[in-house]
Amino acid sequence: MVTREYSTTKEIIGPLIMVEGVEGITYGELTDIKLADGSTRRGSVLEVNGDRAIVQVFEGTAGLSPRDLTVKFLAKGIELGVSQDMLGRVFDGFGRPIDDGPAIIPEKWLNINGNPMNPYARDYPNEFIQTGISTIDLLNTLVRGQKLPIFSGSGLPHSRMAAQIARQARVLKTGEKFAVVFAAMGITFEESEFFIADFRRTGAIERAVLFMNLADDPAIERIAVPRMALTAAEFLAYEKDMHVLVILTDLTNYCEALREISAARKEVPGRRGYPGYLYTDLSTIYERAGRIKGKSGSITQFPVLTMPEDDKTHPIPDLTGYITEGQIIISRPLHAQGIYPPVDVLPSLSRLKDKGVGAGKTREDHADVMNQLYAAYARGKNAKELAVVLGESALSESDILMVKFADAFEDRFIRQGEDENRTIEESLAIGWDLLAMIPKSELKRVRDAYIEKYYPKKD
Amino acid sequence: MSNNEGVVVKVSGPLVVARGLSGARMYEMVRVGNHGLFGEIIEIRGDDYSIQVYEETEGIGPGQPVKRTGEALSVELGPGLIRSIYDGVQRPLDKLNAEYGDFIVRGAESAALDRSVEWVFDPVAKVGDVVQGGDVLGTVQESKLVVHKIMTPPNVSGKVTKIAPVTGNVDTTVAVIETDKGPLNVSMVQRWPVRQPRPVRRKLPPNVPLVTGQRVLDMFFPMAKGGTACVPGPFGSGKTVVQHQLAKWADANIVVYVGCGERGNEMTDVLMEFPELKDPQSGEPLMERTVLIANTSNMPVAAREASVFTGITIAEYFRDMGYSVALMADSTSRWAEAMREMSGRLEEMPGEEGYPAYLGSRIASFYERSGSVICQGSEERPGSLSIIGAVSPPGGDFSEPVVQATLRVVKVFWGLDDKLAFARHFPAINWLTSYSLYLDVVDKWANENLDPKWQERRSRAMAILQREAELEELVRLVGMDALPSEDRLLMQAAKMIREDFLHQNAFDDRDTYTSLPKQFRLLSVILHYYDEARPALAEGAPLSRLLSIEPLEDVSRAKLIPEDDTEAFESLKKRITEAIQALPR
Repeated sequence: MVTREYSTTKEIIGPLIMVEGVEGITYGELTDIKLADGSTRRGSVLEVNGDRAIVQVFEGTAGLSPRDLTVKFLAKGIELGVSQDMLGRVFDGFGRPIDDGPAIIPEKWLNINGNPMNPYARDYPNEFIQTGISTIDLLNTLVRGQKLPIFSGSGLPHSRMAAQIARQARVLKTGEKFAVVFAAMGITFEESEFFIADFRRTGAIERAVLFMNLADDPAIERIAVPRMALTAAEFLAYEKDMHVLVILTDLTNYCEALREISAARKEVPGRRGYPGYLYTDLSTIYERAGRIKGKSGSITQFPVLTMPEDDKTHPIPDLTGYITEGQIIISRPLHAQGIYPPVDVLPSLSRLKDKGVGAGKTREDHADVMNQLYAAYARGKNAKELAVVLGESALSESDILMVKFADAFEDRFIRQGEDENRTIEESLAIGWDLLAMIPKSELKRVRDAYIEKYYPKKD
Repeated sequence: MSNNEGVVVKVSGPLVVARGLSGARMYEMVRVGNHGLFGEIIEIRGDDYSIQVYEETEGIGPGQPVKRTGEALSVELGPGLIRSIYDGVQRPLDKLNAEYGDFIVRGAESAALDRSVEWVFDPVAKVGDVVQGGDVLGTVQESKLVVHKIMTPPNVSGKVTKIAPVTGNVDTTVAVIETDKGPLNVSMVQRWPVRQPRPVRRKLPPNVPLVTGQRVLDMFFPMAKGGTACVPGPFGSGKTVVQHQLAKWADANIVVYVGCGERGNEMTDVLMEFPELKDPQSGEPLMERTVLIANTSNMPVAAREASVFTGITIAEYFRDMGYSVALMADSTSRWAEAMREMSGRLEEMPGEEGYPAYLGSRIASFYERSGSVICQGSEERPGSLSIIGAVSPPGGDFSEPVVQATLRVVKVFWGLDDKLAFARHFPAINWLTSYSLYLDVVDKWANENLDPKWQERRSRAMAILQREAELEELVRLVGMDALPSEDRLLMQAAKMIREDFLHQNAFDDRDTYTSLPKQFRLLSVILHYYDEARPALAEGAPLSRLLSIEPLEDVSRAKLIPEDDTEAFESLKKRITEAIQALPR
């Protein structure tokens, strides 16, 4: 075996080091980088060109000096040791336990890049997941195997919402095993404490695996975090038959780390300096959601990202929207009104909702109620805008009713408590209560039979 | 001097540089590294051969071997293509699933055409016939809908010395042709390099519409058989639904659907739905005429680059049999991004937004493989290949390079608009910005074959929509009430065209497909109302009553009238006339 340790680092550029005179090195190889003081950092090979290898250092290159580095190539990619015992545990961004618990004895080691799922092996996502949040369950229904991101902005309560979903999410059938894999990328200590404390307080931690990379942790490590999380999720889903909900927050930090590496490599930048392969890279994360024919487990993703300047056309939300199956958009005006969770109902969308609702899944009237609530709220919002331009007096009687409806909808349907876990029946009941504000003849999107059956009886 | 084996010197993502392959040609296929991964030579500089590799390159490094195959990236063409689902380099995904499991592992291999299937070859040519490239030797019933014609390979001509009915797999010899270079055994399978267009006898201008059953497309922005169209739109505007609708209902004999860098679950949707759906012409499952190529976004990027070429070569092959073929590519933006990624790795000088300078010519060369043609062969067989490409512009900005390069070559532009999608108007095709350069051709065809008033009705309806857009500006400033009565009536007619004609529900069994005659009748009813109401208004009939006559309710449901019920439209027209005449003047 040729020696695979080199002290021939020649260049350090940003998060990258360049090692010369190497032999037999392969692309994607994991490396141990020993410093003069005896500490080690981890890296992976981004490019090999003849006898030169470019290595990205996950912990960053601060404090490194070319002369006193020893780079050891480990002849394998980055792997995660997985085990069912990971449930209930907290790990750092590299999969090392940080909760003072014992080390994990892995059942097997898996390459964190995984393999692409064969489209032919996929099963179509069509089973309802109840999150306990009305705006999601009733209007933007989540199904198993879907990837539905939260588009948020700085200062908005997406973390609280993500925690609430992690806590409450369940499938309606009994006896199914459910787990949450949570990956934090570059979030603050406070946010991270909030999640961990929340998971502990509610006992959700028992069925959760947490990967934590905080804002002051190495930025480059963020490249590995979502892949670590998804590798653990795939193991739990496809080998332990669990329904896994993966929450990734915050993808914006991930993309920034990617941009940093791209810039250090002097690659031709795409939009806003992000690399041209951002779409492909993001898809290798998001596309790991899904179901497989013949397996009972599933992976559902809830990525969270903050839109810079609340701009939906920024490359990160834009490319995400092209890959994911819809989006939940958080509204700043609703948040300012003190409404939690401030889901902007109209532009939010779950592309797979139609497959997960109806008799046998939720309730027969679900689709009709959803369309009617949506239409009525849209009309109410329009009428409100009109009132701003032309004055309240310009509104017709039915417009005034719709404005009232929109206000009540925001107050009673959208607004709910952080610990309020509404069943789909409760959400539907609130929906019907609100629809009762509108004359029956105006409920054009609901079938007569359902109006007959569900329209609240007046005393 | 040429070498059959070289060594890797550089690896950067999907790009590998090798040395010592002298004699290798551009676009030749090679096997890379200890894993024998498939790759294609895309640049030669001195002794440095740049190779794009179709699989994940982790574990490949300098010193590992690279072997030449001597052949360009090619596809296998023969019976068994229909109902298949392939990845970007024609590996059958169903077979890979059975052999290698639920995830695509590296180095997985499986023959594109299943060798275990036996086909019945029925000869058409006879011993002694002199045949040339493209001439039909015999037929194979491939699926309920497709008679697969076994043709003389494009570059072969000579005298048939042996031909007989046989049953066997695709490799079975079905005929022997005596050529200049000696006897040639012809089997049911051909190989063809994907980057090279298959030859045709000559190209013709398209002159027949490709009927899609989608009202906004067929009536206002029609596509011709052998034409090209693009569907750009921001996310959430319904590109994929439009593409699926076309794949389902377009009146082509063969549909090739290329899912290029898109969602895995969408391909699953197609896979689950197409075997269930019935072709409106034949009543057979749509899958019986469909070939699927699925290279989802997380599958290797180089194979994504190849996937559209794989798709179009298969499509050309069926066109050569004399079929009308439609190819849908969703999305060409992901294909362009794959080119950009490879270009960046090659350290080429970038053009606009990092895309390679040859983006435009590459896109043009793809769309130019479409066409209405006389196929190769002596029998003057007509065939056609239509291409419909989806484009996903970042941020919905149509000024970006891929949309612009595409618009320079395609003849039909179906612009999706997220404002319409937001208002739940589907298909969200903007009728003000979209266009079709086949309008004249299709008008002429429709006037002759359907109704002499086709063109006149269509252009009047469009004029109403255009006028509505102008008036809307005004309404925004002064309010609806300030408009003169005639204009308010026009607004009503426009609203009816939008809601009762253009709006079409892809998920409603009755509404998802509308034949051309029914489209014409439906539009005629709406125009009939306008034509009757206008003079009535001039004679003093009250506007508010005109806007709310009772038959209008039925007009809004007229799209659900069964296809064969022509009577319903006539009686609806009559009731409109009566209701308007009954109004006080």
